[in-house]
This record gives sequence, C-alpha cells and structure tokens, in this order.
Amino acid sequence: MFKHFLNLKIKSFFRASALGKSLIIKTVMIFFGVYLLLVMVGLGVFLYTLLKTEFPNVDPVLKVNEYIMYWLFIELLLRYFLQKLPVMNVKPLLMLPIKKSVITHFVLSSSIFSIYNFLALFVCIPFCVVLLFKGYPALHVISWFFGILGIIITTNYINFIINKSDKMLALIVFFIAALYSLSYLEIFPLRQYLGKLFYGLYQYPILVLVPILTAIGAYYVNYNFLCKRIFLDQSLEETTKEAEVSELLWTKKFGDIAPFLQLDLKMIWRNKRTKTQVFISFAMLFYALYFYTMDGVGPTSTVIVFVGIFITGIFMSNFGQFIPAWDSTYYSMMMAQNIPLRKYIASKALLISASIVAMFLFAIPYVYFGWQVLVINFCCALYNLGVNTPLILASGALNKKRIDLDKSAFANMQGAGAVQFLIVLPLFGMPILIFLLFKLVLSFNLAIAVIGLLGIIGISFKNQLLDVITKRYQQNKYEMIAGFKEENS
Amino acid sequence: MITVQNLTKKYNNKHVLSITHLQIEKGQSFGLVGNNGAGKTTFFSLLLDLIKPSSGFIINGGVRVDESEAWKPFTSSFIDESFLIGYLTPEEYFYFLGDLRHQNKADVDALLSTFNDFFNGEILGQKKYLRSLSKGNQKKVGIVASFIGKPEVVILDEPFANLDPSTQIRLKEIITALAKQKEVTVLMSSHDLIHLTEVCERIVVLNQGEIVKDIKTSAKTLKELEQFFTP
Repeated sequence: MFKHFLNLKIKSFFRASALGKSLIIKTVMIFFGVYLLLVMVGLGVFLYTLLKTEFPNVDPVLKVNEYIMYWLFIELLLRYFLQKLPVMNVKPLLMLPIKKSVITHFVLSSSIFSIYNFLALFVCIPFCVVLLFKGYPALHVISWFFGILGIIITTNYINFIINKSDKMLALIVFFIAALYSLSYLEIFPLRQYLGKLFYGLYQYPILVLVPILTAIGAYYVNYNFLCKRIFLDQSLEETTKEAEVSELLWTKKFGDIAPFLQLDLKMIWRNKRTKTQVFISFAMLFYALYFYTMDGVGPTSTVIVFVGIFITGIFMSNFGQFIPAWDSTYYSMMMAQNIPLRKYIASKALLISASIVAMFLFAIPYVYFGWQVLVINFCCALYNLGVNTPLILASGALNKKRIDLDKSAFANMQGAGAVQFLIVLPLFGMPILIFLLFKLVLSFNLAIAVIGLLGIIGISFKNQLLDVITKRYQQNKYEMIAGFKEENS
Repeated sequence: MITVQNLTKKYNNKHVLSITHLQIEKGQSFGLVGNNGAGKTTFFSLLLDLIKPSSGFIINGGVRVDESEAWKPFTSSFIDESFLIGYLTPEEYFYFLGDLRHQNKADVDALLSTFNDFFNGEILGQKKYLRSLSKGNQKKVGIVASFIGKPEVVILDEPFANLDPSTQIRLKEIITALAKQKEVTVLMSSHDLIHLTEVCERIVVLNQGEIVKDIKTSAKTLKELEQFFTP
C-alpha cells in the first residue's frame, strides 16, 4: 500500500505546476535555492570558529545551545506561513478501499520529508562534523545531533496542531519578542537557562531519549486527532470567512472612475496576495533606515537617490507590474462589459499615484538624516508619478499570465514572466543612471532637479500618455484574454 | 438586431466555426444547441468580441463588434464563472455592474426585488463572497446580473446547467416573460432540448461549426431535435 502512496507522492511532485514554469523563473528560483543552501552550509561550517573568536571563554557548543530556542521559534514562524498541511491531498483516497489509519500514517510520515525539516540539518550536520574534527567526544556530539533531530520533528508535528490558528501565531511572535527583550534588557537570563537545558543533551547522552519520545508523542497526538477527522466536511474543508461589507462612499468624489477604484481597493484588501503587497511596502519603509544609517553614506550620495525611488515606488512596482493580471480571472467579463478601457487604466494610474504620494508622506520623518533626504524623496516621487507610472502601466499590455487571487501570497511566482523581471531595470535603473550622469557632469543640486523635472514633464503629458497606453491595451486585447484564461501558466 | 456574415474561426487551420449568414430579429428568443465542440461558446465569444474572427464579421445593433465598442451599452451577457468577481459579495457585484450601466443603487434594488423568488433567499444578505457561493448560486447571480441596465441583447451560455429544478422552472418563466415583451433579444445555448423548445421561438442546431438546422419552434420541434441527436 505504501508503495502506491509513494508513487502518487512522486508523481504529484514532478507534475506540479511549479515545475512547469517558464525557464527564467525556474532559473531564478534555483539560483535562490542554491544560494540559501550555500549560506546555511557555510554557516554550519564556520559557526564553530565564529563563536570561538567572538566568545573565547565560552564553549561554542554551549553558545549554540543558547540560540536554539530562537531558531525553533523562527522556524515555527516560517512553517506557519509556508508549510502546507498535507491533509488536502487525501480527498480522492477517501472513497477507495483503504483503511483510514493507513492513510493517516502515510500523511503524517510523509510530512517528515518536508523541506522545512531539512533546514536545520543543513547547519547542524556540518557543525557536528566540525565538532568531531575538533576532538569533541563522538558519543556526545551524535546524541546531541539526534536530540536536535527529535526536536525538529516535534516542531513539524506541533505546527500541524497549531493548524494556522492566528492566536498561536500571535503567541509565537510574543515568545520571540519576550525571549529577545529578556536577554537584551538583562532582566532574567532566560536564554542562558534554556541554553543549559539544551546543553544537557550534549552532556548526558541518555537524555536524547526525551526529544525522541516527544517526537513520537507528537506524532501520536496528531494521529489520534487526524484519524477521527478524515471526513470531507471537517478538517478537509476550507473554512469560509464572513464577508466584510464596505461601501467606500468617499471614492464617489472621483466621479467616473469611482467604481473601478472601489473594485481595486476591495481587491487589495480581500485577497491575501495583494494584501501582502501593502504590508511589504510598509516594511520597506523601515528597510530604508538601514541605508540612511550606513557608514560613509552622505545625504547626497547616489544610494539615497536609489532609496528615494525605491521607497516611494515600492507599491507602484510590486502592484503595478501585475496590472492588469490582478483582474485576470474576470478579464473577459471586463472586456464584454460596458467599460471604457481608458477609465479602467486611469483608475489604476490614480491608485498607483496615491500610493506614491502616501509613501512620500510616510517617509517625511527621514528628514532627520538631512534636508537633502526630503528633497531627494520629493523629486523621486515626482519621477515615479510622471515617468515610472506610465511606464509600468504600458508594460501591463504585455502581460498575459493569469493570477489566481485566492492562492497564497508567500513565494508565489504565479503571473511572473520575463516582462516582470525586465521592467524593474528601467524602473529603478534609469533614474539612477540619469542622476549619476548629471551629478558627475554638473552637481548634486542640478542632478536631483533634473529627476524632478522629468517627473513634472511626465505629469503634464499624463492624458496623452494614457491615450497611448489605452491603444496598446486595445491592440493586445485578444491575446490578453486568451492568456488570462490559461490556468497554471 | 444581429447579423452574421461569412463568419469563420480557425485554430491551427482547423475550422471550429463557419457561418455564411445568420439574421436574428429584434425581440426574438434564440436558442443554440449542439454537442460539445459544435462551436456554441465560440460563437458567443465572437459576438462579445472576446476572440478575433478569422474572417467575416458580426453586426450587433448596427455596430460591427470587432471595430467599435458601441454595442457594449445595450448588450449584456453571462458566459461562465469567469464573468464573476470572486472577492465581491453578490450585492456589491450587482451595484458595480449597475454603476457601469449608469443605474444607481435604487434602480438596481428595484430590479433585484423582482428576482426574490428566483434567488430563493440564498443570494442577498448572506455576507458571503461570490467565490464561496455554490456553483448554482453563482450562476443565479450571473444570470440576474445580465438583466441589469435594460439591455436590448442578453447572451446566456448554458443558463440551465447547475441550477436546481425549481430555479430552472423559474428561469424559464423569466425568459418567456422577456420574450413576450418583444424588446429584448435573448440568445442562449443549452444541452437541455426540452427547456430550449419551451423557451425559444427559434432554435439553431450547430454541428462541427456549421448550421445544420434552423427551426421555428412548434409542437413537432422537440421530436425533430431528439431524432437529430439520437446517434
């Protein structure tokens, strides 16, 4: 029986739509995958030396153990967002003559091969090998390793029990924050105590039984839980949330384009993937701090101009590059309805422009790092409004890849094609090049003025630009409709 | 109302639709029937300018559909679920379409109130997004939405599929009432010969992209159709 299941699993892996993606996306994903792998293995190899030089008086093994708790919570957070519960695939098996206990055992045991269980091992195995070379007692190192393995598998099953409950997420975040602040403010040396606890696994090899037993225990808790619930209407059914109704009456001010604006706002707020884009945009606002506080970066350096273009335009590029694919599931309706295409595009332009203005306003406090920062951000916002907004809307006419809005947001590459990768270059690269050129030939003041001026020129030709863009959408209409209909593209 | 002239659609040199001439009068209730792959949906997609004809053209209300968009204000349609916006509630969807067709909220509400029986209490005020409605209820929303804004041409692709028996009967009443007014041209396709003969004044049979029968509905029509489709 397990042989059949295994066969199904292998087929589902190799026939997954992710593997059928275009070459360019595959290459990018493989590149990032290999990069991450190398970083983790590298960390494992050099961890010992790193800790030895940083804390010469403490045993590196003890130091590593102090941080295991952090790792576990962060791993749990990662699993919470990314790891899929494997139960969804069993629906077609339910009416076949297979015992429920067999299905449950298979579902649970196959989850051990999830990639998230290997993350820690990529660091742990090289670290343990280094320890053995340094002459640490083999029995202790190996039992510590198996202890960690047991803990990871326990986490794997705990994640299923948590089962995407928002309350548990809040609890995990709270624990990470508490752990960090307790040790940072030196109120209570919790980290050290926990470190000693995990160090015990190394000191007393017999204790390895504890995590292994908890792993087995967690498995059986899951087993009992699942076995009773493998019915179509219980754990297998996706829950539907109650709709939040809002009228957004204030949008009426915008006249003709109000219905589209309302539609876009509802789309952004009611779908996971679009909502995430909003949160990412705000997160990037704080990321800018990293550049402002970097050593050797003056308020007039090119990096700051990049940051200006980037933070005022982050939502523009993240959201805009998939216009009009966001509407792909109902694009044929939009095209058959009484919708003047120009108004549709004008409403998207308004939405993007509003985001640029909002991001500029949010970034005003960065004037703390010099008045130039404010001027730069202002000119960059103008440039984004006048040049980049029409540019990204025009690139939308080349968009032919469907996006299913209800699919998850994280690491979701659906709808991405060569266009999306290439558009980022002129979007962020062009203004930087222009700025650099004028700064070298003339001066900072003139260079930033040129950026702002280009924006103003673009803004004053807005109507003409929109006409041109509308024509392009009309020309590509049939191809776009056909492309958006293709699922798994 | 609608004139089709030398219309063909080819995919990879294979004809999927080929209609030399077809004239549909204003106010006619027109039924399209044919086995899978006969070209029904292709015809409707061409009529809505969602795909490009390989040759020929369609004129809807005096407008060539592939050259101008002026047919859109008086034409409405429901082809499949891809005409629904999943993240809206039914009410929001109706109001959105109302906005597009210059109907205010009160107009839309007035129209919806005449469909209370048809909705059977499962659509309005449910606090559910369209994506979490059942297939049948989604279809109800799409069909009613196509009546918003006093359209002169209504196009429905397989409106009876997925509906429960009571709703099918109500839909037949609605369409018959529309046809009686002689103002709205209703085009629909179906696999259900009985429904079609009851509702439509004229039935056209498509087979492999070509019109093989063009019948003015009478008492004998059902027999004739059943004979044609018996293998």
